[in-house]
This record gives sequence, structure tokens and C-alpha cells, in this order.
Amino acid sequence: MQEITGLMVKRAKELLEAGEVQRVIGWTTGDFCYDVTPAVFTKAEDLEEGKFVYNSFCGSNLSKYLIQTLRNDINAVNTAKAMAARKGENPDDIPGPGKTLVFLKPCDTYSFNQLLTEHRIDKSLVYVIGVACRGMADIEKIKLMGASGITKVIDAGDKLEVKTIYGDKSFDKKDVLLEKCACCKGKEHKYADEVIDPEPLPEGEGKGPMDRMAGVTMLEEMTAEERYAFWNDQLSRCIKCYACRNACPACTCMKCVFDNPRSGVDSKANVTEFEEKMYHIIRAFHVAGRCTDCGECSRVCPQGIPLHLLNRKFIKDINEFYGDYQAGEAEGQRAPLVNFDAENDVEPSIVNEKGGN
Amino acid sequence: MQRIGVFVCWCGSNIAATVDVDRVVEAVKTDPNVVHAENYQYMCSEAGQKLIRDAITEHQLTGIVVCSCSPRMHEQTFRKTAEAAGLNQYMVEIANIREQCSWIHKDKDEGTEKAIILARAAIAKVCLNAPLQPGQSKVVKRALIIGGGIAGIQSAIDIADAGYKVDIVERTPTIGGKMAQLDKTFPTLDCASCIVTPKMVECAQHPNITIYAYSEVEEVKGFVGNFNVKIRKKARYVDETKCTGCAVCTEKCPSRKGRNEFNCGLDTRGAVYIPFAQAIPNVATIDATNCLHFKTGKCGICAKNCSANAIDFEQKDEIFEEQYGAIVVATGYQISDVTKFDEYQYTKHPDVVTSLELERLMNAAGPSKGVLVKPSDGKHPHDIVFIQCVGSRDISGRGKCYCSKICCMYTAKHAMLIREKYPDVNVHVFYIDVRTPGKNFDEFYRRAVEQYNVDYIKGMVGKVYENEKGGLTVQAVDLISNERVMLDTDMVVLAAAIEPSDGVKHIASMLTASIDTNNFLTEAHPKLRPVESPTAGVFLSGVCQGPKDIPETVSQAGAAAVKVVGLLAKDYLVTNPCTAHTDETMCNGCSSCERVCPYGAISYIDKEVMDKGVREVRRIAQVNGALCQGCGACTVACPSGAMDLKGFSNKQIMAEVDAICK
Ligand SMILES: Cc1cc2nc3c(=O)[nH]c(=O)nc-3n(C[C@H](O)[C@H](O)[C@H](O)COP(=O)(O)OP(=O)(O)OC[C@H]3O[C@@H](n4cnc5c(N)ncnc54)[C@H](O)[C@@H]3O)c2cc1C
Ligand code: SF4
Ligand code: SF4
Ligand code: SF4
Repeated sequence: MQEITGLMVKRAKELLEAGEVQRVIGWTTGDFCYDVTPAVFTKAEDLEEGKFVYNSFCGSNLSKYLIQTLRNDINAVNTAKAMAARKGENPDDIPGPGKTLVFLKPCDTYSFNQLLTEHRIDKSLVYVIGVACRGMADIEKIKLMGASGITKVIDAGDKLEVKTIYGDKSFDKKDVLLEKCACCKGKEHKYADEVIDPEPLPEGEGKGPMDRMAGVTMLEEMTAEERYAFWNDQLSRCIKCYACRNACPACTCMKCVFDNPRSGVDSKANVTEFEEKMYHIIRAFHVAGRCTDCGECSRVCPQGIPLHLLNRKFIKDINEFYGDYQAGEAEGQRAPLVNFDAENDVEPSIVNEKGGN
Repeated sequence: MQRIGVFVCWCGSNIAATVDVDRVVEAVKTDPNVVHAENYQYMCSEAGQKLIRDAITEHQLTGIVVCSCSPRMHEQTFRKTAEAAGLNQYMVEIANIREQCSWIHKDKDEGTEKAIILARAAIAKVCLNAPLQPGQSKVVKRALIIGGGIAGIQSAIDIADAGYKVDIVERTPTIGGKMAQLDKTFPTLDCASCIVTPKMVECAQHPNITIYAYSEVEEVKGFVGNFNVKIRKKARYVDETKCTGCAVCTEKCPSRKGRNEFNCGLDTRGAVYIPFAQAIPNVATIDATNCLHFKTGKCGICAKNCSANAIDFEQKDEIFEEQYGAIVVATGYQISDVTKFDEYQYTKHPDVVTSLELERLMNAAGPSKGVLVKPSDGKHPHDIVFIQCVGSRDISGRGKCYCSKICCMYTAKHAMLIREKYPDVNVHVFYIDVRTPGKNFDEFYRRAVEQYNVDYIKGMVGKVYENEKGGLTVQAVDLISNERVMLDTDMVVLAAAIEPSDGVKHIASMLTASIDTNNFLTEAHPKLRPVESPTAGVFLSGVCQGPKDIPETVSQAGAAAVKVVGLLAKDYLVTNPCTAHTDETMCNGCSSCERVCPYGAISYIDKEVMDKGVREVRRIAQVNGALCQGCGACTVACPSGAMDLKGFSNKQIMAEVDAICK
């Protein structure tokens, strides 16, 4: 981890200093060593190790941060141009926004592609460095396994050495993986201008140890009543903090229906038991077919609601009904749920196969 | 507050027998927006419509709900009624309490309760309706006919005679279709060529008709009155404007291995060919797969012998665009694959032929110059067996479930013609049943049996095999005597099922016209709109819509032409105002809507928008109102709710759902 962080910092500094990129989206430490948060760096000197981090707590998916960053930058340039014009200066003299460097883990690149497909970001304004990832740790699991008063966590190969005010502890990394990492789709970057991976794994290796659909199968095996009770229990804990939506790279609407008083489903206090669930049901439908299964929603939920199960049910159904489909596998995909294909679609009125030929 | 009137129709006893119409009226009156409600025996009658008109004026209604039959049936009627009373026609909603209620319920209480719910949903919706104004679009006064068989030819002539321009796009080198291949035609036994070639010539000479032979439709965009079509003129390697049709090249060409399609492959032709002497346009075509020049770069004998200098090996496919107001599909049919029925030895024995091949064998311009001979040895046959329904009315899963309709008649024709010309030949026909409805048709069949002594045997053939004498043996069961039949014969003729031409599915997809499970194009209404496809501006002519003979094909072609003329006679068409539109401040430019739109109505622009005090350039969806059919697919695909449909807004639909769930 230290080695790769050093390489990342070095490349970022080079690119910033050469003027190839104007800013860098990466991670920085928060109040505790384990609450790493996304951050934008604009000066090479800010990119010191310690401030810029890449460790086992960099679970957050940075692709979504590109939307607002790029928007702000473009708007700033446009404002500057308008000001220049007003002052009688040549607006073309104002420099463009330049490129933004973003570090993406393999799973984050699926989201990046999905955002490209949905025209949410302009890739000519982005420089993507794919960074190797061997799975991110879940601090809640570490705490549950008995570590409290954590002062420092050191990555040591397959182990995490945790220093606490009560003494040191060591954990097998595979026991404390984030849910999304335990079900990792693979270590290949689906988009990158360059990749930093000091010790590449052999091709195809690195998938998570857990069956991604196990939870969905468990739900499918329940009776309708059991399933209802399960979701009732889970979703009744939702405090509508909207963290899942805010983190989700598929939730990128200019105006989210839950913030729009005209939509009829906007945020207000829950009046009935059903309204608690309504938000999640609507959100699941909105991201259906677009969700890359990046796992951010479940990761950020402060109530520990297993939101990924809703999304994976859709993914499983789509795979079963329309053939295997992985959102974000490539740019420009036509997702089965939102694709009219004139040649093969039954809608609106072409009748296919079924005895014809 | 709205002032809504509700009108409940009895539809005679259709509705009133299962729905208590008085109770519906009482129930809807409790809705605060409803100021008037009544019921009547037939709302669609003039008296019923007058009730509505009077109520609109008397109660100053702002919207009306008619609880009656399906909107497909009478929405237009009641819209006109509203307009006549000065109410915008889009302030009318129909609650379908017949097809979706009274017809499917037996219990009157249940039916009544459902009718009330459906009425409430319609009331909830109409309260949110807004007056809409239909737009106008110009009609391009030119028709396109796809397929130049007798169907396409007849439609073209009728439209052209009415004074409109018509283009025929035919994919083979000549127009004429299957009819040009036939020998004599039932029920009058006149020569097919003698009646079809004059029509082909008429097409060629008509000032309003342009023929694009050896061409195909590449792409169709646009909508009724305004189709934009790309046509590919395939390279013939012969300059059509120079070729005089002298056919010298076709005789000189040393490559003689081309399959002669016109003769159903019974003989071969040169690589440069004219399908038949009366072909229109009468110009040669080089088939590059057989041409020695394209294979070896040498030869060029045709070019050397062409006095008109028409051979052009450098010719390329040419794609051009043309606008049309209406499109007629007349792509006809082909003989279905009989190799799946190889118990009849079609692929193994040359003397087992299809009926269309027999037409060529009997045709004076055919490979045997009209002398009926066995393909195997060119000798005269003494006994012929016809097998009907090969692949038609099939329950084995190998063929078609439908009846090909024409085979009973043409088999009787073949049998009769053979007995007439060669009285020494014995003719047997195996049939499931003989179906000959139609003017003078049954008489025709009976003549074959009674006057020409054709041996009709009810029963299907189990198998055909080559016997020791080199002839064929037919093994069957006679279902009337219930005995096994073993017949030695010289030739077997298979009345093979007909099926829509290859590629019709592609045509249908381009036109968003519908086809059925057998690939026949479907009509808008099987009884009342038989020559219209469900897609506005697309009409059907000939066998592409279903099996039929020439008389029926020609009548249908004329009917389609009338519909086209009716459309082209208009200068403008009224457009549907119920189209989609985006809210610019909410659109993400994500392309979800564009990917689901079946009509290609959505495109994107970069547009400056002002949102919450910020001015920024965004990618925004734009709906072309002329292309949009109002299907609503985009509105449900849009994650942000930016896309909405006039007349069926998200709010209106939710209000209906709420009313139903209350
Ligand atoms: C053996 C036999 C005997 C018959 N005898 C009689 C008879 O005696 N009397 C009678 O009334 N009927 C008879 N018929 C029926 C008759 O042939 C049809 O009714 C008639 O030919 C139908 O005409 P059509 O124009 O619909 O189709 P077709 O004749 O099939 O014409 C369709 C045309 O469209 C063209 N085409 C197809 N696809 C495309 C495309 N994608 N783009 C452009 N062009 C395309 C084809 O090349 C063809 O030229 C007989 C049929 C058979 C098989
Ligand atoms: S729904 Fe959850 S898993 Fe899917 S893209 Fe959004 S955050 Fe990622
Ligand atoms: S309503 Fe249908 S036709 Fe109109 S723009 Fe939307 S998807 Fe296309
Ligand atoms: S689906 Fe909605 S948000 Fe996306 S481009 Fe279309 S209108 Fe805009």
C-alpha cells in the first residue's frame, strides 16, 4: 500500500506540475485514520503522503465526484468568459478548465463508463489513473470483532495491524472486507488512461470469495410474508438521510424526484409505514439496469441496511430475462431495460419468432 | 374547480345488463367536480350526442367523461361532439365500461362496482386535462410501392391514374413477380403473360410511374405524409440508359452456370441475363458471382459484343433519398422450403417438382418450350401424381399452420390443362379436402373431376420412393375406402405452401408495421381496415398480407390505391397533439429516452439553461413533435421525470391510479 501510494503521489505531482491536469481527485484522511474521505487537490505541494492517502479504507467511489467538479470548472470558465466580454476583453483569452485527474479502483471504472454512457461527464476533460485494489476493509466489521479506541491501522499484506489505546490487534484482511469487496467483480480496470499496479495479479484472479447472488437467492427462497417482514424490518430503520442516493453514481439527476415538490414523492416526514419503503422501492427502480453494483449505497448507509440486495435482485432478473448484462462494462452500452431495437424488439407491434421465422 | 359532466351509456343491453347504470350515475355525482351525470341507451346515437352537447352548454361543463365502449371505438365520435358544443376535444375522457367491464363480468354487483371505479379514474384524469391544439403537417404527394408483382403494379397504376407520382422499388431485375412465371391462370385459363405483360408495359410508359428495379429499400424515416426513404439501386454493371435489351450479350456470355431463377432453377442462364423476353425494364443484368470478369479479371465478351456500349464493370451500388406521403407494401410471397418434407423425395429425384416448377415446365417460354417432359430424361410422362397441402395446414411442426388458399385451385388447373393437352396422361390428386369457394371456382374444380376425369383421392401421401423401374412409387391411404394405395407414377408435383417473401421482417421493422407469427403483415382491422397497416401511411397489397389469388390480389391492390389516393389528396394532415416534451431544468441529457423511442423522435442539443440562478450549458433532450407517436415509452424511461406526455401526463396517470386505489 505504501509503495503504491508513493507511485500515485509521484504521478499526480508530475501531471500537475506539467500542467497536464489542473486538479486531482483522490482521498484524504478524516478525523480518524479509518474515515478516509474524497478530496480535490489543486497544488502539487498539497499532495504529500499523509494528506493524500490510499489505504484499506478508500472504499469510496470517486467517479461520481467528477460530475460536480467538472460542472463547477466549466461554469467558472464560462463566468470568467462572460465577465471578460463585459469588460471588452477577448473571452477566448480565458483558458479552458483543463483536465481533472481521478484515481479509480477497478470497480469504480464501471461507474465511470456508466456515467460516460449517460453523458454525465465529458471524458476529454478527465485523466483516469486506474489503481490496483486488493479489497477494502469495513471498519464496522473490525469494530464488531472487538477493536475499539483505534489509533492507527497498518496494511501488512494479507493482514491489518490495528493499534488501539487498549493494545494492538491483528486481523486477516479477508475477514474484514467490505461486502462489496467480498463479492468483487474482478481486478481489471474497464477504463483507464494508465494503470498503477506494482504487483499485477494473473489475469482473471482477484474475484471476491463470496457468491454475489447468495443474498438474493436467500430472499427468493423466502415466502412472500417472510420477505415482506424482512424488508419491513430493514427499511423501517431508514432515517432518510439520503446518503445512499448521494453516494450512488447512478443517482445523478439534475433534480432528483425526492427533491422535487412536483414529483409527488418528494421528501417529507413519513406518514405511513409504506412511505418508509416507498423511497427505496422507487430508487431501486430508478437505478435498475443502470446500477453497476459498486456497493456504495450499502457501504455508506449509517443504518446498515443491505440495499445492495434490492439492486442485485434487479441485476439477477435482468440477467435471467435478457442474458448476462453488466452495467458499466463498456462505454455506450445499450442496457436491456432501456433499449428499443428496431430489428428484434417485440414493441411496439412487430411480432417475432413464436412459430414464425 | 372543474365542472365535469359524466355520461353513462347502456350500449343497449351490452352494458346495462351487467352494470347498473343508475347506480353509476348516483355514485359519480358524489364527486365534488361532477356537476352533471346521466345515462342513456345509446350515447353514440344522434340523440345521445345531443344530450351531451346540450349538457355542455347548459351546465357550462369544462370537461366530460363518457362511460361507454373502448376509446378505439368512439373516442373520435365524442371528441367531435364536444367540439360541436364548443368544448376542446381533448377535454373528453372515455371510461371503457364495456370491453373492460360489462363484457367480462357476469355478476351485476361486481360489474357495477368496477364501472364506478373506472368512471372515477376517468374523472380524476379529466380534471387534470388541458385543452390541446392539434398541429398540421404537409403531405408529400408521392407514393412508394415496395414490390413489383401484380399487387404492386396494380396499386401503382391506380394511384398514377389518379394523378399522383408513384415509385416502384422491386428487388429483382424486372417487375412482374410470380404472375409473370405462371402459364395459364384459373379460373378462366387465360395466359398469364398475356394479361400481366401489358400491365408491366403500362407501368413503364406511365408518366407518373418510375420503376426502380434491382433496387431495395435501405432505410425509412419519418411519418405518414412525410416518409424519408433511402433506396439502394444495386449495381447491374449495365448502364440502364444505354442498354437496348437486344440480348446479344446474354447469348455470347461463356459462363453458363447461373441458376435461372425465372425458371425456378430448372435450367441455367448466362452471367449476364435478362430474366425473360418481356422483362420490364428490358435491360441486362450481370450477376457478379458467376461473371468471369469478376472472377478472373478477364473475359469481357459481353462488353465487346455490346453495340450500345452499355456494359460497365465499374458500376457501384447507388443510394439515393426520396420523400413519400404513403407507402404500399406489396412484397408478395415465395414457395416455402419443401426439403423439410423429404418423404416426397424432392431433393433426391428430379421428377418430383413443385407446382411453380410445373408452371415453368408447361409454359411456352419455359425450359422445355411448353412441352410437358420429365426433368430427369426429357421424356413424356404417362402418369402424374399431385400432392396437395405440402407444408400447409401442417400439424407436424415442419410447415405452416395456415391454408395457402390457392393450391386447390391451381392444382385443379394443372390437372385439367394436362388432361386437355395430353389425354393419355393419367392424373391423380391427393388432397385433405378441396377448398374452392369463389366465383366460378367450384364449377372449375368439378370440371376437372367430371369432364376431365382427374382422379381425386382423399388422403395424404405417406411417402414417395424410386422403384426398380426407375419411376416413382407413391404410397398413401385412401381415406374414403380406407385402403392402402400404391401407385407407380412418372412425376410427382408438390403443391407447396406459400410464405411471405424473405426479408419482409426487415421491411416491417423499418416501417414499424406489424407482422403476424407467420410473417404476414397484419392489417389495422381484419374486417374494417383490411388494406391499412396499423402504422399510419403504410398500406398492404397482395400476398404479403395473406395468401390470395390474382383476382383477390388485384382487388386489394385497388383498395390500397384508393386509401393512398385519399391520403395524397389532402394537402395537410392533422397531427396528434399528445406528444412528449422535456422539462429543460430537469433533463439530465442521459439518453435513456432516446434509446427507448421506437420512432427516433428524440435528439439532443446543448442548450443554456437557467436553473436556481445558475446559467449553464446542458445536454437536453428534444422531441420532434411530428415524429412522436405519443407512445409514452420515454416518460417511463426518464429517471428524473423530465419527460412528460401531453394528454397523458405523469400527474394524470397517477391521479387515475390514486382514484382506483382509493
Ligand atoms: C404454382 C402457382 C400457381 C398459381 N396460379 C394462379 C392462377 O392460376 N390464378 C391466380 O389467380 N393465382 C394464381 N397463383 C397465385 C398468384 O401467383 C398470386 O396471387 C400473385 O402472384 C400475387 O401477387 P403479389 O404481387 O402479391 O406477389 P408476387 O407475385 O410474389 O410479387 C411480389 C414482388 O415483390 C418483390 N419483392 C419481394 N420482397 C421485396 C423487397 N424486400 N423489396 C423489393 N421488392 C420485393 C418480388 O421480387 C416480387 O416481384 C398461383 C400461385 C402459384 C404458386
Ligand atoms: S445503486 Fe448502489 S451499487 Fe448501484 S450504482 Fe448506486 S451506489 Fe452503486
Ligand atoms: S412518446 Fe414515444 S414516440 Fe414520443 S418521444 Fe417518447 S418514446 Fe418517442
Ligand atoms: S430520459 Fe429524461 S433525463 Fe434522460 S435525456 Fe431523456 S428527458 Fe432527459
